[in-house]
Amino acid sequence: MSFPPCTDIEDPIEQAPPDHPETSSDIEFSRRTFVKSASILGAAVATGLPQLATAQDGHNAETTTPQTASLTLKVNGTSHALTLDTRTTLLDALREQLTLTGSKKGCDHGQCGACTVLVDGRRVNSCLTLAVMADGSEITTIEGLAKGDTLHPVQAAFLEHDGFQCGYCTPGQICSAVGLLKEHKHKTLSTVSFETGNTTNPELTDDEIRERMSGNICRCGAYPNIVAAVRAASKGVSA
Amino acid sequence: MNPFSYQRATSPDQAIQAVSAPGTKFLGGGTNLIDLMKYNVEHPTKLIDVTHVGFDQIAATSTTTIIGAGVRNSDLANHDTIRTNYPLLSQALLSGASAQLRNMATTGGNLMQRTRCYYFMDTAFIHCNKRTPGSGCSAIHGFNRIHAILGASGGDTGSQCIATNPSDMSVALAALNATIHVTGPKGKRTIPIGDFHRLPGTTPQLDTNLNPDELITAVELPTPKFAKHSYYLKVRDRQSYAFALVSVAAGLEMDGNTIKSAGLALGGVAHKPWRSADAEKSLVGSTPGPEAFQRAANFAVSGADPHKDNAFKVELAKQSIVRALTLAAQGVQA
Repeated sequence: MSFPPCTDIEDPIEQAPPDHPETSSDIEFSRRTFVKSASILGAAVATGLPQLATAQDGHNAETTTPQTASLTLKVNGTSHALTLDTRTTLLDALREQLTLTGSKKGCDHGQCGACTVLVDGRRVNSCLTLAVMADGSEITTIEGLAKGDTLHPVQAAFLEHDGFQCGYCTPGQICSAVGLLKEHKHKTLSTVSFETGNTTNPELTDDEIRERMSGNICRCGAYPNIVAAVRAASKGVSA
Repeated sequence: MNPFSYQRATSPDQAIQAVSAPGTKFLGGGTNLIDLMKYNVEHPTKLIDVTHVGFDQIAATSTTTIIGAGVRNSDLANHDTIRTNYPLLSQALLSGASAQLRNMATTGGNLMQRTRCYYFMDTAFIHCNKRTPGSGCSAIHGFNRIHAILGASGGDTGSQCIATNPSDMSVALAALNATIHVTGPKGKRTIPIGDFHRLPGTTPQLDTNLNPDELITAVELPTPKFAKHSYYLKVRDRQSYAFALVSVAAGLEMDGNTIKSAGLALGGVAHKPWRSADAEKSLVGSTPGPEAFQRAANFAVSGADPHKDNAFKVELAKQSIVRALTLAAQGVQA
């Protein structure tokens, strides 16, 4: 198996008359930079030199050596002492270090909600939480919701109402719904509460559920059943 | 993401001392900073976590309310005092992001949010005066549907910037005339919300007038005036979990059927929350209604300078202002 040589080849796009000079030069730069950084990266790996940050685009990166931190993650009732690269997100620590792969990596940028876990009882995006930030906190993942063989009521409701298709977003949806129900118990508001004028203790209508679950995307489009599951769980009629 | 060291500060003094090292940044909820670090837009070499320094309280006196900089957006939105006295702020906060992100994001961090300009967030584009000063602006001749129509820098290519501030909270704070409390090596100072964020001018790399070694400690809200008549209207491409194309924070203080005072600020239209003193002034002494509201709307967007894809924002902003003021005048429905 062989790859084309990673040289700074002329790209046809550079010869095209630039309608929007800035845009096309951006593309040119992007491709060239990629090729260059890729080669430099390859060289750095080959020589074992930790030069990545300075090599990328010359910005000021004093620290080029990975930094580690010792921390304790309390996950689903069990404490784990870990020493991790500070860059490790809570999501990666759960999945890669603790092999709790229920929490999913979707976008890795806080836009899809597949990574949702509960930290000290509150739903958060574990992909935008550094593991070190969660040091000492109580973390609950999808693996920690059931009590033995007894499903959490929200899990049971998702089964009963078929609140998924492929299932990839489901752990995040369920953790998010658990957080939602707890928030609602504390009489929290949503933007829908202001639109409807129910700003004291809003009933969990379908519109309220949709708004409060909007941080969890489902590419299969199982939303009607997800709403039904959350509605059922909120009324305590899970199955 | 480049390597960095992490320190959890336990006091403001410790945090300020730690941030003096070059390449150091404060870390709040992380929802924006860590995201930008993953994109290699931000590359601090040291993070000082300031969520454990004791800024997690909301204190109300008879005249003011002081919000600790570490208060999470969800806690702030649902705090009794805020819901009762400053519903505009609650509504704005709950219009932003998702429940998960609001559980993480802090008050201080929200004030420090950086723009969502695609050309800023994607390092494949080399021309971004905000990310790389002097490199140019790809947005001005690019896809600029989400960009600024007011207050952009019109200077040479090396300083142009049409980025917008993405915060909803800050728009409400502008209409509410909040004050930002900060502390640094030279001591404490306060910054009126109108002077906290800045227009790009010739230095679009700077979003705020906060010095890099200063820490936001609190946000102060003045005596509530708009508790009975306020509305935050957010217009976006989807109904939830999206940034504003245009948003309006409107507050009215009524004296019978006459407007005694008004707070009006726009989001999604400029490099900072766009508060129009002329628009607010035009409302004072008026009777609430389409005539007064349209006049205010015209004042608010006066001087608008739209680009290829965002001319619609001028009319959208005007109509949104009229609608937000109309809903504010109708008053609390609960």
